Amino acid sequence: MRFTRDHEYIEAGGDLATVGISEHAQQQLGDIVYVELPALGATLKKGDAAAVVESVKAASDVFTPASGEVVAVNDKLGGNPSLVNENAQGDGWLFKLKLSAPGELDGLMDAPAYAEYLKTVE
Amino acid sequence: MKGIWAPMSELQITPLHALHREAGARFAPFAGYDMPIQYRDGILAEHAHARTRAGLFDVSHMGQAWLDGPNHESLARACEALCAADLVGLAPGRQRYTQWLNDDGGVIDDLMLNRPEGADGRLNMVVNAARKAVDYAHLTQRLPHAIRLTPRPERALLALQGPSAAAVLARVAPGFETLRFMATKATAGLEVSRSGYTGEDGYEISLPAEDAERFARRLLQEPEVALIGLGARDTLRLEAGLCLYGHELTEEIDPVEAGLSWSIAKRRRVEGGFPGAARILAALASGPNRRRVGLALEGRAPAREGAEIVGPDGAAIGVVTSGGFGPSVGAPIAMGYVEAAFATPGTVLGLVVRGKTLGAKIIPLPFHPHAYVKG
Repeated sequence: MRFTRDHEYIEAGGDLATVGISEHAQQQLGDIVYVELPALGATLKKGDAAAVVESVKAASDVFTPASGEVVAVNDKLGGNPSLVNENAQGDGWLFKLKLSAPGELDGLMDAPAYAEYLKTVE
Repeated sequence: MKGIWAPMSELQITPLHALHREAGARFAPFAGYDMPIQYRDGILAEHAHARTRAGLFDVSHMGQAWLDGPNHESLARACEALCAADLVGLAPGRQRYTQWLNDDGGVIDDLMLNRPEGADGRLNMVVNAARKAVDYAHLTQRLPHAIRLTPRPERALLALQGPSAAAVLARVAPGFETLRFMATKATAGLEVSRSGYTGEDGYEISLPAEDAERFARRLLQEPEVALIGLGARDTLRLEAGLCLYGHELTEEIDPVEAGLSWSIAKRRRVEGGFPGAARILAALASGPNRRRVGLALEGRAPAREGAEIVGPDGAAIGVVTSGGFGPSVGAPIAMGYVEAAFATPGTVLGLVVRGKTLGAKIIPLPFHPHAYVKG
């Protein structure tokens, strides 16, 4: 699992990757009441605003950590957006990508590096 | 992702800051204060707690001040020159909601005025934290010299809100629980009024800053009481259809547009003599051009402050001033201003969110029924 400085994660197996927000991000946002997901088949470029996670207080853009085509979205979040609070880095995933440039992940932080990074932003 | 609360420096703190930290508060800057937005349980749980038991809010950031004059009549007349409330008729031990108005009839701030029991020439004022400096400068400039404004930064302010508030107060500070709605009483340093900003029954309690933490801890020993942050304070007041300065109220908005005509006294409508009277009396007589309305959204996506409101033909007819998820309503809700022709409950409108138009319907305020105990 790799992380961005904006608190998204991406977990890749081959050229298929799952994207969501980090455990830290869900804690910071608090109760999540709505998630807007990208359209299936959409082509995203790394850094594009791909989804929106809305807490009680505010809407936050989720930027895709890598480029690719959206091949799945987490339909369970429509009826149960709090899944992101319960398990952000598991059942609360947002969308899956067919990566067009898997090398983009090399520039992202691994879990220990992200943990170090969090110490600097708190 | 962005939009996560960021810490800021040089913020003021309230006397309960240490208690908030101990309770696991997440802080954010609000009106120059480092304020608790939520505690460990989160906004939804805190909101539900205030609706079902008793929530304790630290609102010590708000501006408390005395207005003093030679006697009640002259003090009230001087203040009536700056607002549209009946203050001459405000009885001892009673509280009134009003707005300081600018000369165009716009709202400088909305506030509570209490007339202490036994006082002849004192009003106790509570104004919004973000407007303290503006209010005090305005009052100092516009009130006659015989009227003295004395800010009371040495006071803390707590709100105890919810259906269990009266029972809790009867145990912790007996004697206040029987106050009527919008009544006020002072004993032994505590100044208590039966009012609030949640739509629930409850009290606002002013006390010396140095006593605030001890008193708050005492309240928190009661099983019904939990700390509630500003996040839930906002969802509670939104569901209760109450205005928040800077959102539903600004210097450009008059009280009639804001749906606050009930706070303009009958005598003042006849006599006039308040700032912006021409505009406000015209709006009362023939209706305002725009009105504050409640909006229920069709889907699950919330619309936030600033979202454009469009009519059936897609033309812009207004703007959202507060919006989000209503925890007790269980759906997204919003308040905003629309052209008067579209303000009738049942009117179907659109809210533009991230380029998409979401269906919405105007519904009567409040979204969640008030539970004031009017005795």
